[in-house]
Amino acid sequence: MMERRLWREASFDLTGKIRRINWLYVLLLCALAGVGYTALYSAAGGAQEPYAGRHALRFGFGALLMLGIALIDIRFIARLAWPAYLGCVGLLVMVMQMGHVGKGAQRWIDLGGFQLQPSELMKIALVLALASWFHRASWERIGNPLFLIPPMVAVAIPVLLVLRQPNLGTAMITCLLSGAMFFAAGVRWWKFVLVALPIPFAAQIAYTHLHDYQRARIDTFLHPESDPLGAGYNIIQSKIALGSGGMWGKGFLQGTQGHLDFLPEKQTDFIFTMIGEEFGLVGALAVMALLAMIILGGMLISVRCQHQFGRLVALGISVNFFLYVFVNIAMVMGAIPVGGVPLPLVSHGGSAVITVMVGFGILMSVHVHRDVEFANMRDER
Amino acid sequence: MKRDTTRTSVFTRRALLMMGGQVALLGGLAARLYQEQVVDGARYATLAEDNRISARMIAPPRGRVLDRQGVVIAGSRINWRALLVSEQTNNVQATLEAFSRIVPLSEYERLRIERESTRRRRFIPVMVREFLSWEDMAKIGVNAPELPGILVDVGTTRIYPFGDQMSHIVGYVAPPNEADVAKDPLLALPGLRIGRAGVEKYHDLALRGRAGAVQLEVNALGRVIRELDRQEGMQGDDVGLTIDAGLQRHVLNRLGDESASSVVMDCRNGEILAMATNPSFDPTVFNSGVSQAQWREWTKDRRTPLINKATSGLYAPGSTFKMAVALAGLDARSITAGDRVECPGHYDLGDTRFHCWRKGGHGMVDLRAAIKNSCDVYFYEIARRTGMDRIAAMSHRLGMGVELPLDLPNQKAGLVPTRAWRQKKGKYWNIGDTIVSGIGQGYIQVTPLQLVTFVARLASGRVVQPHLTRKIGAAMQSGSRPEEWPNLGVPERALQIIREGMWAVVNEQGGTAPLAKLPDPRWQMSGKTGSSQVRRVSREMRESGKYDSEKLPWEFRPHALFVAYAPHDAPRYAVSVVVEHGNAGSAAAAPIARDIMIEVMQRDPANRVDPPAPRIAQVKS
Repeated sequence: MMERRLWREASFDLTGKIRRINWLYVLLLCALAGVGYTALYSAAGGAQEPYAGRHALRFGFGALLMLGIALIDIRFIARLAWPAYLGCVGLLVMVMQMGHVGKGAQRWIDLGGFQLQPSELMKIALVLALASWFHRASWERIGNPLFLIPPMVAVAIPVLLVLRQPNLGTAMITCLLSGAMFFAAGVRWWKFVLVALPIPFAAQIAYTHLHDYQRARIDTFLHPESDPLGAGYNIIQSKIALGSGGMWGKGFLQGTQGHLDFLPEKQTDFIFTMIGEEFGLVGALAVMALLAMIILGGMLISVRCQHQFGRLVALGISVNFFLYVFVNIAMVMGAIPVGGVPLPLVSHGGSAVITVMVGFGILMSVHVHRDVEFANMRDER
Repeated sequence: MKRDTTRTSVFTRRALLMMGGQVALLGGLAARLYQEQVVDGARYATLAEDNRISARMIAPPRGRVLDRQGVVIAGSRINWRALLVSEQTNNVQATLEAFSRIVPLSEYERLRIERESTRRRRFIPVMVREFLSWEDMAKIGVNAPELPGILVDVGTTRIYPFGDQMSHIVGYVAPPNEADVAKDPLLALPGLRIGRAGVEKYHDLALRGRAGAVQLEVNALGRVIRELDRQEGMQGDDVGLTIDAGLQRHVLNRLGDESASSVVMDCRNGEILAMATNPSFDPTVFNSGVSQAQWREWTKDRRTPLINKATSGLYAPGSTFKMAVALAGLDARSITAGDRVECPGHYDLGDTRFHCWRKGGHGMVDLRAAIKNSCDVYFYEIARRTGMDRIAAMSHRLGMGVELPLDLPNQKAGLVPTRAWRQKKGKYWNIGDTIVSGIGQGYIQVTPLQLVTFVARLASGRVVQPHLTRKIGAAMQSGSRPEEWPNLGVPERALQIIREGMWAVVNEQGGTAPLAKLPDPRWQMSGKTGSSQVRRVSREMRESGKYDSEKLPWEFRPHALFVAYAPHDAPRYAVSVVVEHGNAGSAAAAPIARDIMIEVMQRDPANRVDPPAPRIAQVKS
């Protein structure tokens, strides 16, 4: 207790902050990136190029970025929440105007050789914005339905924009993420029930308005064998590759399905399948355990934080990471429809690594600044 | 501050709840992973192997068909062909367009190619054009960049150097149909042919050989990564026939334009030396497909070029059947060699009168004389005495009216009826039916192959079976030694009387076939003529005296038959000749048989006393 008060009163100097960084957590992230490097090395047929080397480079850059962000005062970040939110909405609008069309959807912005997917940044900004909104709210105010309308609008704007792209997967992850934050902030149970009830009907209506490729995804999920060489091909091949890995796997660089190109998108969406094929159930479970440690570690950072803003931010970032992991792994196992969701820090893809590392940087900052004086603006005034 | 505490504790509670939920969901994924990787692992492992290993067959070269001297009757020739892999082109239409600027394709061909390329999987090649010339090949090679998806390949095609001379024996090959492919996937290989008729069909499996197989590791696009295993195929066996190609050619030439057939057999062992059917067809045509016009021409021709008359042509044997009747009579002791019958030119049975071919009759005749001058009345009488069932039994023993175990598909069994056969049809067997059967008319129908077998058995006294196969690969087939064939089981004395009668037919004054006499006195031929009516001759016509078979329309004239063997004292070769609508056997068929036998004689190894002098010596002198 003494120490904590000491920290609260003293202003941090740089070395103090660096010492307070959760280095174990950084180590876990490095381990995950190492898994990614190994898998990408195999995906390229046992070569640095074109995936593994660049992945390491990006992670290195991302790690520096993360550590840099970790040192920024969380209260400063909180002040940036709404400007960041507005900026990201602007980017989303921009992507619709001049975005690069990739795989049937407008998702990317080309910033001079660096491709940016604003919907990923958007989620972090939304987490910050929601956290900053609920940071001020007392238990009673949260009980007031009118108080919930502005944050719901703040969620709806980016979700609708992402849907227009169209990117169903990210939109749904955004919704679930926001729901988790509303829930953690203390929104009453019955309100969730009220919102959840009409969802089946809404889904029915939405299905008829879906893009053909989205509908095809759902259809092939329900009956993957109906079109083995067409849309169901990815799922079937992924299951074959995973299943043929068995308990101990075929060995590093020995996976046949991935290397013979039966497995599509093996360096991005289906990287986990590569791991499962080459390292078997044991390897896949080890990677899942690592992912679980990162997720739960983030959640623990959230719980241990002394102020509401930090708690909500850390929770949002952890849940976001969890949703990515869950959707990706469930997808490659054929448990949910394929949705173009990569496995963070493992899959090949530049902007994803950077965005994820920005998120983890903010998470680190929450940890570093977990017990700073951060007044709940209304309640304690 | 208290409110804040509530907020914090709610947060902590709910965050822990979420962590529990996350752990549960990840645990669910882990359980499912266990299910997929370990529980169902074996199944997926098999699927993975199927994914990457592709077994491909290598078509074996088809075996050849050879004659008894090793002359090629059916062989293979290199066949340049162009294939289309629709996977490798964006636009099949455009590729075909470009291709037809180099090698013109007909509208029909183009439709076939497009149909096949849509029906098959995209990486399986479709035949565009076969039998390309070297020049076309070169042109395609030069223009390859403009012909995406076109693949040039060398295969083999079947050739028949003897053309239509051997077609009914050797048969032909044709592309397999869907049903064949279902039975043997090897047949799906492009360009593979299977035997559709003749020896090609009968010995198809031996000729086809065994396919080689390569196991290839392929990627998802079907591209070959490397070869895992290779099993070399076996070339099909060569099939050696008993046929003498030179003799076959001679026989066919001798048949000329007649719609006729002739079979030459080694009567000691049943080897068929020649089996000619005229007219015939060129089997090479079937290799690439028969045009409709050609098919119509063949099927409309009343001389039936597509039918092997030697094994499938059915004819009443006429007087050639008389030896069988005589032998049945002798065997049943219903007659003896010395029994005499008076022939007044007709034979009366109740109200019905049966005529002898000679109006005035032959007077008193015994067996030898009856065969020599082919007296009908004598055989009416013997048939009556012997009975149909005994005649039929003897005929079957001699090879008539039964299916012979010939190594060639599509053989007709013919018919020598019994009373039971008639009763099975719900009718009675009349004695009159027996009478006409005595001269080989009525219900009796036999093939030229059965006739020659019949004569060979009479001549050798053994139950020889006709056969065409001498060798498969290096293995000699059984049946070439006379001792392998069982005895006929008829007293030699009885056979001897009949043989004497047949000798007299050709060599004695007053015999019915003086034209068949051989010029070389060392080789004397024995034979028997026959004419079989294809239409009943009514009494009025006969009595009006206007009946002259020569003046009938072609298709109503009787068939001319002749059967013979030589040399008469040591039978070696048997021959049967059937000239459709040729009128009298003595005039139309016997001379042909004689000329064939002269050729056979000259080809006989025992007859080659002087080997031909070397040509160089002649030049020097």
